[in-house]
Amino acid sequence: MGLMSNSTNLVSKKGPSLSWTISFSKQDQLAYIVLRFIALIIVLLLGAMIFKLFMASKLAFSEFGFSFIYTDFWNPIEDEFGALPFIFGTLITSFVALLLAAPISIGVAIYVNEYLGTKLSTFLSLFVELIAAVPSIIFGLWGLYYLAPFIKNDLAPFLKSTLGFLPFFQGVSYGIGVLAASIILALMIIPTITTVCREIFKTVPTLNKEAALALGATKYEMIKLAIIRPSFSGIIGAIVLGLGRALGETMAVAMVIGNTPVISSSLFSSASTMASVMANEYAEADSDLHLSALCYVGLLLFVVTFIVNMFARTIVWRQTHKIKRRN
Amino acid sequence: MHLSSSRKFKDRLFKALLIASSFIVVVPLLLIFNFLLQKGITSLNLDFLLNAPKPVGEIGGGMKHAFIGTIMMVGLGALIAIPIGTLCGVYLSEFNKGRIAWTLRFTIDLLTGVPSIVIGIFSYLIIVVTMKGFSAFAGSFALSIIILPTVTRTTEEILKLIPTHIREAGLALGLPRWKVIYFILLKGSRASLMTGIILAISRAAGETAPLLFTAFGSMYVSYDPREPMASLPVQIYNYAISPYDDWQRQAWAGAFSLILLVLGLNIFARLYFKKNKFLKFFIKKS
Repeated sequence: MGLMSNSTNLVSKKGPSLSWTISFSKQDQLAYIVLRFIALIIVLLLGAMIFKLFMASKLAFSEFGFSFIYTDFWNPIEDEFGALPFIFGTLITSFVALLLAAPISIGVAIYVNEYLGTKLSTFLSLFVELIAAVPSIIFGLWGLYYLAPFIKNDLAPFLKSTLGFLPFFQGVSYGIGVLAASIILALMIIPTITTVCREIFKTVPTLNKEAALALGATKYEMIKLAIIRPSFSGIIGAIVLGLGRALGETMAVAMVIGNTPVISSSLFSSASTMASVMANEYAEADSDLHLSALCYVGLLLFVVTFIVNMFARTIVWRQTHKIKRRN
Repeated sequence: MHLSSSRKFKDRLFKALLIASSFIVVVPLLLIFNFLLQKGITSLNLDFLLNAPKPVGEIGGGMKHAFIGTIMMVGLGALIAIPIGTLCGVYLSEFNKGRIAWTLRFTIDLLTGVPSIVIGIFSYLIIVVTMKGFSAFAGSFALSIIILPTVTRTTEEILKLIPTHIREAGLALGLPRWKVIYFILLKGSRASLMTGIILAISRAAGETAPLLFTAFGSMYVSYDPREPMASLPVQIYNYAISPYDDWQRQAWAGAFSLILLVLGLNIFARLYFKKNKFLKFFIKKS
């Protein structure tokens, strides 16, 4: 250390700037303080975010309290607000999207990891990652002008004729509605689930797979025994991460869901989600209570996505570390 | 080896299902691209790229204002987010202990998951309300919060890949730690860091929700960050839900140019990464 500070002094005598006379350890301390300061700013930023949302929704909270969450009534003209239709809309679209996306994503992850050669698998995984890069507004546009007419003319009549006895497929379909939003959401979360699933499947040791094959298992049985079963909780984590993304998706859903605050069991009916109601009404809200109610919805969405993401991350983290430790 | 027919059948069926699911993933992106190509390419011309919108009712005009707005706002957002994000990544990778590091990691994890619409509302509350009006700066601020966690994550992961002996070699030469971090770690892995940054920017360029009530949108070419400003995604949204045929036509052209921009940036970043020899060299050696 002594040598170090000596050499700085030598350099500093020649150097033009006086600021270089501080020793290296001081410089490092300074750099560390700057880094800590920036880190603190980011943490404070998140704190400010939560605080601001909380303050903004205070008016609506004092007016409606927690009954806001289970009141099924949203009327900006008469200043009466309840968020149940939006919570319902968010849950039903995300749930149906997961139902569609989860099997497909797991299938793709297995296919890419276990069946395809290096070149094809890089190509297919690049393709999946490109889906994640497509802006949500473009999904929305496509959903509005291509998917909605397709649902109205082809998919809805087909579903009605085959599964029409179920309550989910009742009523008239105008194309836009819960089903369209769910399909779009499913497309958007497939990359998330696929990527995380691939990471988890990669942690399965080759020995386990070879052992299963050596016992005479077919490839399907090997995948079932050696890959899917031990990484089951990890798969759940991946799906929940996808859920976290689906809950907060705004524009694509806002364009294809129809935006009416109703609760209906039919997937053909139009609805509205927590994110879409904010996108639609925030810029045009007149009364303070309306703005505040929208912020309340935002706060709820924030809390829900927070819980879901934390839950998923813990599961995925535990899964990957458990297997790493075992080897 | 003799397999019972039901086992063989299950094996084949499983493989068929996997292939089917891969097709289901591949087809929609092709459909979307094909759809945009058909509808957008006919309207994509110089007039569209170089003109501001005409008054309502007149046919023609373009999205020059939206291109400028997107470039300005994303640029400003990146300018805020990239230095801060990189430094946070350095902190997480190089000084990864203590309560602040833990809290920072938690915060970054959380920020990654926050819905973009909530970020938009936050930017509205903190900037639009205090400045008493929609402004491009509020939009840039929202975009910077979207860019930041991605940049931090990639920086942290890339720096962690560099083996410890590289750092030790730098320190053994008598360099202070910050010089090791800046001149050896950051400059050495420049190409991979750029990849992360470009990916984050390409994601932010397509965001609509946080701009809806921060930058709001406008119909004029504007360079002033204190004024409302148009952006490509918001302009597409406004045109797409409008009743005018000509505007819808322009929405298609806008969407086509947006997807070209975003996917182009994305693919460029990935190819750029392949060229990076520094990391591979050291990882192979260690």
